[in-house]
Amino acid sequence: MKVLVAVKRVVDYNIKVRPKADGSDVEIANAKMSMNPFDEIAVEEAVRMKEAGNATEVVAVSLGETACQDIVRTALAMGVDRGLLVETDERLEPLTVAKLLVAIVKREQFDLVILGKQAIDDDSNQTGQMLAALLGWPQGTFASHVLVDGDRVQVTRETDTGSQTLSFQLPGVVTSDLRLNEPRYVKLPNIMKAKKKPLEKITPAELGVDISARLEILAVAEPVQRSGGIKVSDAKELVEKLRNEARVI
Amino acid sequence: MTILVIAEHNNSELNAATLATITAATQLSDSVDLLIAGSGCSSVAESAARVQGVNRVALADAPEYEHQLAENITPLVVRQAGGYSHLLMSATANGKNLMPRVAALLDVAQISDIIAIESSDCFRRPIYAGNVIATVRSKDPMKIVTVRTTAFEPAVAEGGNALIDQIEASGDTGLCRWDGEEQSESSRPDLTQAEVVVSGGRGLGSAENFHLLEALADRLGAAIGASRAAVDAGFVSNDLQVGQTGKVVAPKLYIAVGISGAIQHLAGMKESKVIVAINKDEDAPIFQISDYGIVGDLFDILPALSAELERSVN
Ligand SMILES: Cc1cc2nc3c(=O)[nH]c(=O)nc-3n(C[C@H](O)[C@H](O)[C@H](O)COP(=O)(O)OP(=O)(O)OC[C@H]3O[C@@H](n4cnc5c(N)ncnc54)[C@H](O)[C@@H]3O)c2cc1C
Ligand SMILES: Nc1ncnc2c1ncn2[C@@H]1O[C@H](COP(=O)(O)O)[C@@H](O)[C@H]1O
Repeated sequence: MKVLVAVKRVVDYNIKVRPKADGSDVEIANAKMSMNPFDEIAVEEAVRMKEAGNATEVVAVSLGETACQDIVRTALAMGVDRGLLVETDERLEPLTVAKLLVAIVKREQFDLVILGKQAIDDDSNQTGQMLAALLGWPQGTFASHVLVDGDRVQVTRETDTGSQTLSFQLPGVVTSDLRLNEPRYVKLPNIMKAKKKPLEKITPAELGVDISARLEILAVAEPVQRSGGIKVSDAKELVEKLRNEARVI
Repeated sequence: MTILVIAEHNNSELNAATLATITAATQLSDSVDLLIAGSGCSSVAESAARVQGVNRVALADAPEYEHQLAENITPLVVRQAGGYSHLLMSATANGKNLMPRVAALLDVAQISDIIAIESSDCFRRPIYAGNVIATVRSKDPMKIVTVRTTAFEPAVAEGGNALIDQIEASGDTGLCRWDGEEQSESSRPDLTQAEVVVSGGRGLGSAENFHLLEALADRLGAAIGASRAAVDAGFVSNDLQVGQTGKVVAPKLYIAVGISGAIQHLAGMKESKVIVAINKDEDAPIFQISDYGIVGDLFDILPALSAELERSVN
């Protein structure tokens, strides 16, 4: 089984981003960038499949500007065999990313693609489902447990009321939720080794995909800020305030 | 402009989230249809037909829709989509699973999780865990949108009189098999619909200690929520997680107990009307967005709060 993992370079989750002064976009010029946390979980899952003898090869792909190769290198240091960078300076929408991933899957015949459930910058939660649709494959989204058994995969997924278990025949798509696994720390020797692993660059044009945007971002703004309230001294005062001032109980 | 709303339900009842999505649809047009795909779900169609603002209910009742598998429902939605200007669904776990699959096959760039409608092609949505609100315009001929249901009032559930059309099912794709599910049992109000939510974090320390929260929730008729740290530690089940990657809630009263107030948690609760925080660290970020805060040990404050509520009622 050949596994592809999609890894996105995003503003680190600890950073609170703000709009640019002119409100045209977010200010991320000097922000710390990291691998999307859900994608780290996706990489970890794929590497474990290799370690368990279920995957023959694991490839990581990132799509975006040249600096995205740093994220691919991180995936290589976590144990991925080989990297791909689809290089472009254009802003990519989930539908476009899905189309580019379709081209990559077709070029190399992957059996399983693992993505994060959601990129923490655009918060779209779309790409994996779109990829599965375009390929005509089944999807196991928001996975908290994945079991590979030959050419079948069983996925336990997080739902609004608990969890659901599905299974399907490969090829298929899985998207990772937070509780799928805990990604490993990358050790220094592995970072050195990762530098020698192959990392191929391709362009959207070479993949034959039109990447023009369908969505236009007209403005970005800060949400209405809450003003901090008051401290109360004890339970009695709290109940009094909630009842007589806020009138919510 | 005619809008198609994809309903969410459990084959017996219409999910309340769908009512808010119907309101979003009526902001776009007077002509709103509802699509229900399920199995043995005629009662859902009957109650949906009474929702004000709905013109027509299309009902596809077939075994292949029983578990709401996206692989089976997508071909139906794609077939029904012709002639509609917008497809809308609630941004619930089901909506998030299904709609991008539909959008890709219709070659539409979906707009996720909208909180406001500016015009027929322009929407506002939170990005970066709600730290920024983007105004987005779609250039696609058809718009496919998921709706953050806390941002829209629910449509009135009674008084409407839509016609119900039985439509042909699309068949089983055979792509995916349902093996089972676990539903968390709770007699409490639904987390996303409750007027009062009491949430616990890592500060609770254990699953047993969550009983302290339950006592408070009982007093207030509240739903129980949790931070990611509390869910990861196994104190409560995953469907209680509030936040960027969990549920979004906006109750009248939100009480955060032993929760520090990480950006990702705030993303799911900061639209609540009144926020109360109980935390022993006076510098915890949760206090910056709280209307009322108590600095102190939750193990002292929770019992006192339950007792005080009981005392002041009597
Ligand atoms: C990709 C990603 C997505 C995420 N999504 C979510 C999400 O959807 N929802 C979410 O909640 N988090 C999410 N997180 C995690 C988030 O960043 C925080 O780690 C998490 O919210 C912390 O939970 P907490 O406040 O319970 O724990 P902590 O940050 O450890 O805070 C515990 C608090 O309890 C207080 N405390 C301890 N003991 C007591 C006591 N006896 N009395 C009173 N107070 C006490 C402490 O002072 C502290 O403030 C996400 C993170 C990532 C990376
Ligand atoms: N530019 C990208 N490069 C690599 N992977 C991506 C990219 N955009 C999205 N993805 C993948 O798709 C997932 C969901 O992203 P989204 O649909 O944007 O929320 C992410 O967690 C990644 O696995």
